[in-house]
Amino acid sequence: MMNYHFNFAIVWRYSAKLFEGLLLSVELAAATIAIGMLIGLLLALVQIDGPRWARPLIRGYVEFVRNVPLLLLVYLVFYGIPSAIDLQYGATTSFVATLAVYSGAYLVEVLRAGLEAVPKGLIEAGKSIGLTPFGVLWHIRLPTALRIALPSLSNTYVSLFKDTSIASAIAVPELAYGMRWIETQTFRTVEVYLLATPIYLVTSYAILLLLRLAERRYAISR
Amino acid sequence: MSNAAPQPVIEIANLTKSFGALQVLKGVDLSVEKGQVIAIIGPSGSGKTTLLRCINFLEEYDGGSVRIDGVEVGFSEANGKRRRRTERELAHIRVDAAMVFQQFNLFPHLTAAQNIMLGLIKSRGKSKAEARSIAERWLARVGLSAKIDAMPGQLSGGQQQRVGIARAVAMEPKVLLLDEITSALDPELVGEVLGVVRELAAEGRTMILVTHEMAFAREVADRVVFTDQGKIMIDAPPALVFGEQPNERLRAFLARFAGLQLPAPTPAR
Amino acid sequence: MPSAGDAMSMIFETLPFLLGGLWTTLFVSMAVVVISLLIGIPLGCALVFGPAWARLPIRLYADFVRGVPILVLLYFIYYGLPALRINLPSLLAAIVALTAFKSAQIVEITRGAFQAIPKGQTEAAQSIGLGLFDRFVYVLAPQAVRRFLPPFINSVVDTVKGSSLVSLLGIVDLLLSLQQVIGRTHVALPLYVLGALMYFAINFPLSALSRRLEKRFV
Repeated sequence: MMNYHFNFAIVWRYSAKLFEGLLLSVELAAATIAIGMLIGLLLALVQIDGPRWARPLIRGYVEFVRNVPLLLLVYLVFYGIPSAIDLQYGATTSFVATLAVYSGAYLVEVLRAGLEAVPKGLIEAGKSIGLTPFGVLWHIRLPTALRIALPSLSNTYVSLFKDTSIASAIAVPELAYGMRWIETQTFRTVEVYLLATPIYLVTSYAILLLLRLAERRYAISR
Repeated sequence: MSNAAPQPVIEIANLTKSFGALQVLKGVDLSVEKGQVIAIIGPSGSGKTTLLRCINFLEEYDGGSVRIDGVEVGFSEANGKRRRRTERELAHIRVDAAMVFQQFNLFPHLTAAQNIMLGLIKSRGKSKAEARSIAERWLARVGLSAKIDAMPGQLSGGQQQRVGIARAVAMEPKVLLLDEITSALDPELVGEVLGVVRELAAEGRTMILVTHEMAFAREVADRVVFTDQGKIMIDAPPALVFGEQPNERLRAFLARFAGLQLPAPTPAR
Repeated sequence: MPSAGDAMSMIFETLPFLLGGLWTTLFVSMAVVVISLLIGIPLGCALVFGPAWARLPIRLYADFVRGVPILVLLYFIYYGLPALRINLPSLLAAIVALTAFKSAQIVEITRGAFQAIPKGQTEAAQSIGLGLFDRFVYVLAPQAVRRFLPPFINSVVDTVKGSSLVSLLGIVDLLLSLQQVIGRTHVALPLYVLGALMYFAINFPLSALSRRLEKRFV
């Protein structure tokens, strides 16, 4: 340990890779969350209000995704599918699609819990002022469910941000990839890590703080 | 009552307690003799529960003192320095001021008998067999022989509270502290619990109860203490407290308990 | 695309190789689970019951590890330790890295389990004169176990999934052995699906158990 000569200068020269990587990581996370929330909301509503035959299908989807490693799913989508079907897509697209489907499985559960926690009285109040079912959904159930689920959503979002690091396995140039890239160029593992880790920590906490602020303003504690 | 009174079981002097900026107890004095039953009544926020919980140091009082049989509860004096007692010292002391809780707080993973036995074995040093027979005896006393090996989850609220009382009394404490023990019960279950308390009072046990059951307080208490805004306003026998009442606040407070039939002035007991 | 029959025979031929990878996955997962329990539970208890000087470093450790992706931690320990002249066999380094991550999770689960116990239980135990040790052993720990098991089993599932990351370090676990077979046979999709099913077969019973325990206990 003691004979290690720290050399941050070399690593710093490549630091752009880290910050570009961070930007991409955030973009990946944002895209994933956007799509994942859509999937999750739709499926949660189908699970609660939809036809009965759909429920085991959704359960199957959730169980499958949650019990299989993300890395395997990433490979399956990126390598497996194009080898069987005549379909081409880049690594970034592939990853976002995979992580979105992955996140959907977690978000379904969170959003379903949130929707089920909306007090019946609120829904009845909405009906009694003449809102259509869609109106009740849009004006009452969704806003309330989202506020109730905000703490769980916060944790899920931060996890998803960290999961974007898996994209490095298929050479998407996000933060973890940038880290490995610099390390293989300079062999300065410790310094790279000492730079990359705070970036992850700070970003994770920044996301968490933003969401906690939103929680304070909007969340309903039960 | 003899005039050469022995030391009071509970002696509270100038007790103060604050939660942050809010001072909840503003200098409380109270003295309880052996065998007395004290009922503490008052509006919420008046400090009555805090006062009770200071007696067994579940709330740590800031100033003043609480003594049980002359021993100060929360602090010890050594070389002129006052220091907070250690957890181990407190454990010994708390056994003598056993408490029955509003939310029962039975240990959910133990049977009714085991709930009672745990303290007997660990704090009173009884053997398992002795503890078991004491527990069975007490459960019979509170009318729950059929439920000796039942889990708390299988008991009604009133039954759970009776086990809670048994658990406290089985420790043979110097004083029993009862913290609004019927407030969390459905009305029809209140009677069975009060019945047990009535019997214990008749036996001459020293008890301090915080309660909203005014009729019961009047029936069972030797003295009624009325707290308001962190101080004791009245400390008198029930006849005086529930009879003709000059104190504005107390009258207003009692007036809210409709159906409390205040007696016409009766001859002294 | 080879025919279904060809695919089937190919799979059967490679099965022993895949089972070797499966064994590594299970070994790594179990090692990580056991060691992280041995580290995480005591630290978690210290976080709840210990003095302030002990709580702070544990808190920092838990928050730090959980703010960093497990892959990044894995890379650092695996590639960083040799740079610091600490040379571990690759399997051990991977296990150390995963354990560092998982222990922090166990600390959190332990803390959550104790904090979910209503405060009244501690007061009732104090009221009958139980000291901290007896309180812990007879009143709090039994109740904490019930709240500990469901999230713990979920974390075991997480560990099995996380173990797949060691494939990126060149350790031949189930995932890497799968990829190596794919590399030789060029039959990608069916093998990936097979791999998914194998992981599913391990994890699904655990998830179901966790859910059943949650209903029973909490």
